[in-house]
Amino acid sequence: MLEFDQVSKSYPGGFVALDRVSFKLEKGEMAFLTGHSGAGKSTLLKLISLIERPSVGRVLINEVDLSRIRRPHIPYVRRDIGIIFQNHRLLMNHTVFDNVALPLVIEGFSGKDMVKRVHAALDKVGLLDKVRCLPQTLSGGEQQRVGIARAVVNKPPLLLADEPTGNLDPDLSKDIMRVFEAFNQVGVSVLVATHDLGLVARMKYRTLTLKQGKMINDGLLQYQEDPL
Amino acid sequence: MSILFSGRASSGASAHKISLGRRFVMFWVNHVRQALFSLGELWRTPSASILTIGVLGVSLTLPATLHLLVKNVQQVSDSFTQAAEISLFIKDGTDDRQINSLLKILQADNDIARVTHISKQQALDEFADVSGFGSALTYLTDNPLPDVLLVLPKNTSAGSARQLLERLSKERIVEFGKLDIDWLTRLDAIVSLLRQAVLVIAVLLLGAVLLIIGNTIRLSIMSKKDEIEVMKLVGATDAFIQRPFLYSGVWFGVFGGLLAFLIVEAMLWWLQGAIGSVTSLYDSEFRLMAFSVTEFFSLMLLAVLLGLTGSYLSVRRHISAIEPTGP
Repeated sequence: MLEFDQVSKSYPGGFVALDRVSFKLEKGEMAFLTGHSGAGKSTLLKLISLIERPSVGRVLINEVDLSRIRRPHIPYVRRDIGIIFQNHRLLMNHTVFDNVALPLVIEGFSGKDMVKRVHAALDKVGLLDKVRCLPQTLSGGEQQRVGIARAVVNKPPLLLADEPTGNLDPDLSKDIMRVFEAFNQVGVSVLVATHDLGLVARMKYRTLTLKQGKMINDGLLQYQEDPL
Repeated sequence: MSILFSGRASSGASAHKISLGRRFVMFWVNHVRQALFSLGELWRTPSASILTIGVLGVSLTLPATLHLLVKNVQQVSDSFTQAAEISLFIKDGTDDRQINSLLKILQADNDIARVTHISKQQALDEFADVSGFGSALTYLTDNPLPDVLLVLPKNTSAGSARQLLERLSKERIVEFGKLDIDWLTRLDAIVSLLRQAVLVIAVLLLGAVLLIIGNTIRLSIMSKKDEIEVMKLVGATDAFIQRPFLYSGVWFGVFGGLLAFLIVEAMLWWLQGAIGSVTSLYDSEFRLMAFSVTEFFSLMLLAVLLGLTGSYLSVRRHISAIEPTGP
């Protein structure tokens, strides 16, 4: 599904954000990406969502080399990837419905079909009753779940999350993670970047750990032995 | 369309079994919806919108007014058809038979609208009447005035009247022909100068309008930078993001054009009284001409095209420049 092949990324000025990173995420697999801030988690996600291009190496999704994707085609690639942001990036002056419907509107859905899908997505994150609210009136956890609904509304095969629990308390964090698990169980590949190591350890999923741009761990993470 | 997952079922409405007719209808429904949405956006930022529409309206008013001025001046100059009347002076000693045959030939001529014969005697009588030398003229032994044929050309423009004059002057019994068209030529030159000036001023003002609309759209793009980034991140193409801004440009055009039209109409209404009192002094039947339907729609089309072009120029540069900086 997702493959990094000896990927390095250095920024102008010589800062190396990723250093020969290789890993593979299978179809229907869920994994965590951890590391201190500045370890390269964000850069890795940016390479997948084509916000940045690797300096060296190849990023492949479903055997398609992303370096072959030209600029006009980037939007179509992004429609196949659901992205969840740390600050959820909702459109604050639009209702929850409009926010979740945005990817569908972009793809040309309309009418009943769109309403059905939006309601299904909001139902999955448990916010069906807030459909007409503005995001400001929701709590942080609810806003994050609206972001998740938006990311999954067009049923992408790959889900990326960047610090989805960054601003949430432990209980809410656990809820959010349960939502990701639920999507994973219906066959979606999920990659969650987080520095909440306690949560990662409890969830018992494959964990990729970055340190100063290098992949230093790939496998289950034990809560007690912090590799960082 | 899915590039990565060729078999992905849920990629877009096109993958669904929607009939062509329905998709065609939906295409227009979507456009109308986006147009109305853009209208709503203008409504939400009233001060900026009103300023832009005002500038557009005033900028279009000046060329439109000048155009009407040229049109009306032309109408005035067209009404002086007699100005192009040609006087043919007949050689002394020509007998009436020859004059009458020339008169018949000229009456049959396709280029000539009307021919009038003023005989020697008529001319003398008229001269005696008008000049006040009536008694002095009786001392003359014979009539010194020539026979005159007054020819009114069908085409009263200066150029063709002159051509006709040259042709008629070659007639055997014609001493010489006279055409008083100098002042007509001057008026024509002034009208054409005015028309050129209108064109230059219009081009300059329309250029300014393009820049102003472009700048307004740029500001509105900048104020929606975050929104545009989010849309790009969830897979919106540049074309999709541009559309509401292009519609804003169209709306600016529609309202600006209407404003210009209303200003000009108000001005005409204001001037109508003043012009009426002037023309009544001159016993003239001059009527101020307003916009025709075609001119109104041309004005609107021009305004909409300006709005669309201005926003397109701005949108094309600024929307592709906004790139999401990260998840």
